[in-house]
This record gives sequence, structure tokens and C-alpha cells, in this order.
Amino acid sequence: MLTVENLSKQFTLHILNGKQLDACRDVSFTVPKGRFLGLAGPSGAGKSTVLKCIYRTYLPSSGSVNYESPSYGAVDLATLPEREVIDIRTREMGYVSQFLKVVPRVSALDVVMEPILARNNVTREEARERAVQLLKRLRIQENLFDAYPATFSGGEQQRVNIAHGVSWRPRLLLLDEPTASLDRESVGIVVEILKDLRAEGTTMIGIFHDHDLMASVTDDVYHIN
Amino acid sequence: MLMREWLDSDASLHKCGYPFGFLDDGAKKEVRRCLLKAIAIPGYQVPYGSREMPIARGWGTGGIQITLSLILPDDILKVIDQGCDGSVNAVNIKKFYQSVADVDITTDTTAATVIQTRHRIPEEPMTDEQILVLQVPYPEALREVEPSEMETRRMHAEADYGRMWLYLYEDIVACGEISISYRYPVTVNGRYIMDPSPIPRWDVPKLHMADTIFLFGAGREKRIYAIPPYTRVEPLEFDDHRFRVEDFDGKSCHRCGATDTFFDEIIDSADGGRKYCCSDSGYCDKRMAAWNR
Amino acid sequence: MEPMIQARELTKRFGMGCERCLESTGPDQETNRCWHCGTVLACNGVSFDLYPDEALGVVGESGSGKSTLVRLLHFEWEADGGSFVIHRNADLEQLPGLFAEASHYSCNLFGLNSFQKRQIRNALMGIVYQNPHLGLRMHVSAGGNVAERLLGGGWRNIAAMRQRAADLLHRTEIPVERMDEPPANFSGGMQQRVQIAKALSNNPLILFLDEVTTGLDLSVQARVLDLIRTLRSELKLSLLVVSHDLGVINLLCQRTMVMKYGRVVESGLTDQILQDPQHRYTQLLVASQL
Repeated sequence: MLTVENLSKQFTLHILNGKQLDACRDVSFTVPKGRFLGLAGPSGAGKSTVLKCIYRTYLPSSGSVNYESPSYGAVDLATLPEREVIDIRTREMGYVSQFLKVVPRVSALDVVMEPILARNNVTREEARERAVQLLKRLRIQENLFDAYPATFSGGEQQRVNIAHGVSWRPRLLLLDEPTASLDRESVGIVVEILKDLRAEGTTMIGIFHDHDLMASVTDDVYHIN
Repeated sequence: MLMREWLDSDASLHKCGYPFGFLDDGAKKEVRRCLLKAIAIPGYQVPYGSREMPIARGWGTGGIQITLSLILPDDILKVIDQGCDGSVNAVNIKKFYQSVADVDITTDTTAATVIQTRHRIPEEPMTDEQILVLQVPYPEALREVEPSEMETRRMHAEADYGRMWLYLYEDIVACGEISISYRYPVTVNGRYIMDPSPIPRWDVPKLHMADTIFLFGAGREKRIYAIPPYTRVEPLEFDDHRFRVEDFDGKSCHRCGATDTFFDEIIDSADGGRKYCCSDSGYCDKRMAAWNR
Repeated sequence: MEPMIQARELTKRFGMGCERCLESTGPDQETNRCWHCGTVLACNGVSFDLYPDEALGVVGESGSGKSTLVRLLHFEWEADGGSFVIHRNADLEQLPGLFAEASHYSCNLFGLNSFQKRQIRNALMGIVYQNPHLGLRMHVSAGGNVAERLLGGGWRNIAAMRQRAADLLHRTEIPVERMDEPPANFSGGMQQRVQIAKALSNNPLILFLDEVTTGLDLSVQARVLDLIRTLRSELKLSLLVVSHDLGVINLLCQRTMVMKYGRVVESGLTDQILQDPQHRYTQLLVASQL
């Protein structure tokens, strides 16, 4: 479903007199439909960079990110027009970062409901029900549902973040250390959820700092040097 | 006979050392041209070069210039001020006309061919043989809402009248109804918003689809505008706040007994009592005369 | 989906211009004033598409031409070049534009006369300025301010207008019992919300937000931004958000243009602009963010 070919990303820092930074170089891999690929490599090898290039948060310097989209056919995410990237992001491709980045002053429940409502074409009640189930499953206390996630603890924020990312069941999900700040028990729940998602057909690419964890959830591992 | 030939043919027509009608030919020609343009674009204010007159600007010079550029020796003039034939302004203007044009003067609305007026339209219906000339102090209806002349001209050009309507909206919010008592703005021929001069609301409906031609002259502001006969003249109003005229229900003129005219209220300085009498003195006198006969 | 608004090569000059204006101005020359002839190129060759229900951000420091851009599109200033077209969108047939007519669509709007431009502005556009004094009549009641465009569009029923004004003011969290007070009596944040209500009175197709939160204190900023976000999701508005505040842009816009010295130096997805800025100026801008 997704083929990355010779992907390189180079940052040019004009502020530092045009200093060049190589973030990743010649990355190539393929993820078949419904598979879970893990990205491994030492810190600073460019794992996150690859994910961000796929999501188009970074503009790839060279190479291509070929993606099979149901609505647009075979496209290269590296050069696709912005409007189509936005559309693919809203309908097909999800991204879970290491940190919760949400609109301030929106309750936890609304944070999780928002993508379901916007993308899954369901009633408000149904969306609410799904969001409540997901948050409960992630052991967010019910009295926090109406609170703003900015006030939550790091672990709670991260669980809300995961709920936000997976609630709408994206077709392709990019995970950047989703379990980084979670305790062992929560990690177990997240792994369960990811496995369920996979069973439902979501294709995933993930970065995990824990090798055992990575081995347990992913089908293949790509090493970046 | 053309005016020109006719003027040249008889030197005796020159009065007090001035040409007939005080204004020279060129001035009359300009005013008449502006009148033609004003009639062609109903409600549009045509700028013109207002001449110096032997009375001060603001005392009816706009109306005087229109009258003087129109009258012929056969015309019969009536001049009124707030409906009254005998007020100082009207009398002085009439004397002036007599000395520079020597035309007949009347107080009878139906007998006059040209009527010059300030702040009133006569009660008696006028015909398509007659001309009503109105003296205008402030020709710009939008001046209340916009002080800049450049801006009001742009607003007229683009029919951008939202602010005028907003003014009325605010009036209704503040007072429960539109509180404009005179100079009530009207839309002429569905296009320009026009100041009908400071006539009371009572007279506004008389402008609509009238037989007569209405000419407006503002001497100080140097503007001429007109309402040709049979033109739509609609006061600004809302669906749920209609325009209405003054209510004189239960009152009658203490001189002639009329109940269907616009009244002046007179407070007796001796006993403080209130009396009403017709504002249109010519009409009141006529009714009195008929009564006495 | 087809773009709803297409702007191409928008240009605004102050001065006579010469053949060397283009090469002697711009971000690389670090000026927008041609040193040969003294002409200021306030806006040069700006092109963008705006889609239905989309928010496009325009960032840049003061003097970069972003407000000029809004003034051109809102017909406050005459453009010296370029085209500006609004397309009718079948999906939105029934929704916006209380006074819209078929003739308003799919022609270069810069070619119209000022009467037609006014009609189009009245029918399809709303604007919220940084300074409420520009958008509001301070001594006309709040309700009257909202009613003005309705009056301009031909509404002649006081009760209906007051109802719509009350609805909009309620929506923008102005107490309805204060609708007959002039905005001069209101706080800065309230004035800004009255301005938003006024901008929405004609149910516009496109809403221009020109530095709407600049100068408000933080909690008031937050309320105004929350209001805009809610209205946007309810009303299916297209927004052009002009701001020097990257936070505002990040919150409201999916796509962003970065302007400098009257030109667009970079445009792209908002998160890409913020995390992987390409142009020297954008990198500086992002690095300067608090």
C-alpha cells in the first residue's frame, strides 16, 4: 500500500548561514496492505523524520512516497498538491505523535469525538459512545472526560492522544513512539488496541523505543542507519 | 417667438436698469439647462453656478433664480412662506419680482402659473399647467449620516443607502417610530434618495404621481433638482413601520373651520389657550370669502 | 473539489512604477520600495486558491502586504493587476450569501464597477478588522451595526432584522438585552464579537479575518478564537486569516502563505510551514515564536 523509495531529507538552516543537516538518507521500504512495519535505528537516525515525510509535515528533499489511495489512486505523497494531502489526512491517514497537540480549551471527550464526527459520518450520539468506550478502555477516569487535556498528567495526555489518533479507524496510521511515557499496564492496553486496529485492516508504521514491544506488535522491522 | 428675439425686440422690458427677470441671459440659460437635466434624472442634484442675488444666500435665492429664469411677462406668480402669502420673506420676494419683472401677483393657488414656496405645498391640488418652485436650505438628504460631500455623492452614485436606512432603524429603536417631522427623505423614481425640502410630512404624499412639476433650488448649496410630473415619490418606510402624516384628528381651523388641512398651532399669549388655523393662508382666505358670500 | 475563490497575480503599487521595480524589490532585496523610481510594491504577484469550508492563513510581519491583500479582495483598494474570481459551488448552493445572485460568480471581479463591487461585497463577503473602529459604527447600536448590511441588501422589516441581529449577537455571546447599546460602551473583546456578528449578518461565503486577536489580552483572545472555531464548524465558512501570530494560524488554518515585502515567499500545509520552513524568512519567523 505504501512504498518509500530513496527518501532523503536534508534541512537547510538559513539562520545558521545555510548549514546543511542530513536527517535521513536513501530510505526505501514497502508496507503491504494490512501489515504493521516497525522503524528501528539509533537515536537521531531519522525515524521520526521518515514518518513526518510520509505525513508531509516535512517536505522530502528527494525520493518518493508512493501511496495507494482509494480516492486518488496511486499518488506520490512527496509531491501531491496540498489540498489532496489534506483530504487524504482527513479521510485515510492518521498520525500519532509523542506529544499531545490539541486545540486548547476543548474537553478530552470532544478531542476524541472530533475526528469520529468529522470523518466517520455517524451521529453525535454514536460518536460520543465510541469515544467514551475508547477512553474507558484506555483507563481515563470518567470525571476527566469534560476536563481540558492540557491539565492532565503526561501519561493521561498520551492516552488521550492515542485515543484521538485511532478513534476514527484510519486506513494508514503512523505512530511515533506512542507508548513512550506510559506505564507497563497502559502499554499493554495500547498494544491490544493496535492489534484490534490491525485486525480491522489498518496498515501501520510505528516507532517504538522498546525492542521487545516492537517485536511483539509489528510484522516487519526496517532498520535505519 | 424665441426668448432672445423677444427680449431684444422691446427695450422697455428692461426694468430698473436690469434685464427682464434680473438675471442676464447667460445665467438664465445655465439655470434652464440644469433644470432640464434635473428633470431628466428625477431626484438627482445638479450642481449649478448660483448667482449673487440682491438678498442674502439662505433667504430663498435658489428658488428665486429658478423662478426668474422661467417667468414670462404673462405669468401669474404666487409666493408663499410656510404656507403664508403675507410673511416677510414672501412679501419681499414678491416686491422684488414686481420691480424686476412686473408680473401679476396672486394669492390664489388655482390662478397662479408659477408658485414659489418655502416649506409648504399648497393645499389645493395643482394642475399640469402649473409649476411649483421650492426653496431648499439643505439639498443633501444624506447629510445627517455623512458629512463629506464627496462621500454622499459616491453613495448616491452607487445607490449605497444602507446608512440612511440605518439612521431610520436607529430612530425606531430609540423612539419607537421614525421621528423625522420635516425634510422627510423620499425615494424618487425608485432610484435617488432626495430631500423634499423642509415640507411637513403632510405634504410628502402630494409629490407622488403629481400632475405638477416640482423644481427645487438651493442657492447657498448651488444645487438644483426636480420631480417631473407623474413620478413615483416614496417616503422611506419599513414594512412594519409605515410612513404616516401628521394627525389633526378632532381639530379644525378657527378661521375657516376646515378639518382637512395642515394646521399651525397658535398659543394665545394672554390666556395660554391653543388654537389651530390653516397653514395655507390663501386657501383659508378663499374659504372665508366663500363663506361670507 | 473545485476552488471557490481563485486569486491570480494580485498586485498593488503605490507610485508610477518602472521596468526595474520587479527586480529591485522583494524578499531577496529586503525592501518593497523600488530605489529607481520610489514606487512601493505593497503586494506583487500573489496567487492563491481558497476552497469551500477551508481556512487559509496569511502570515508575515507588518508591512509584508498581508493587509493590503485583504483590502484588495474586499475592494477597499483598487488593484493594479491580477484577477479575482469567485466560483459558484454546487455543494453550497443553498448555504451562504443571503443576497447573492448568479451574476456575481465566475468573472474577474476587479473588472466590475464600484456599484457592482459593493453588491458583491454585500452579498458574499464579511470582514473582521483588528481595530473594531474600522468595522463598527461606534455610536450606532450593536443591533443596528448588524442590521446595516441587511438594510443595504434590501431588508425592510424591523422586526425580522432585530430577530436576526439578536440571533447573531446571541451566537457571538453578546447579551441580547444590550443590543440597543452602542459598541462604544462595550469592552474590546465584546466589540470584536459584535464585529464578528456584523460580518456574519449577510451569511457570507468568505470571511476575512485581519489580525482579529491582536491587541486583546490572552483570555479574551482565547474566547474570540473559540468563537471563530465554533462558528466555522457550524456555518461552513471559508476563511482568509491574516495574522502575524503563528499560534492563531496554527489553530485555525490547514494551509498557510508566508508573505514578506509584498510577495509570497512560501506556502504549504500549516504544520509543514511551522515544522519544516523552507525560506530563510519563514525559518526566522518560526524561530522567533515564543
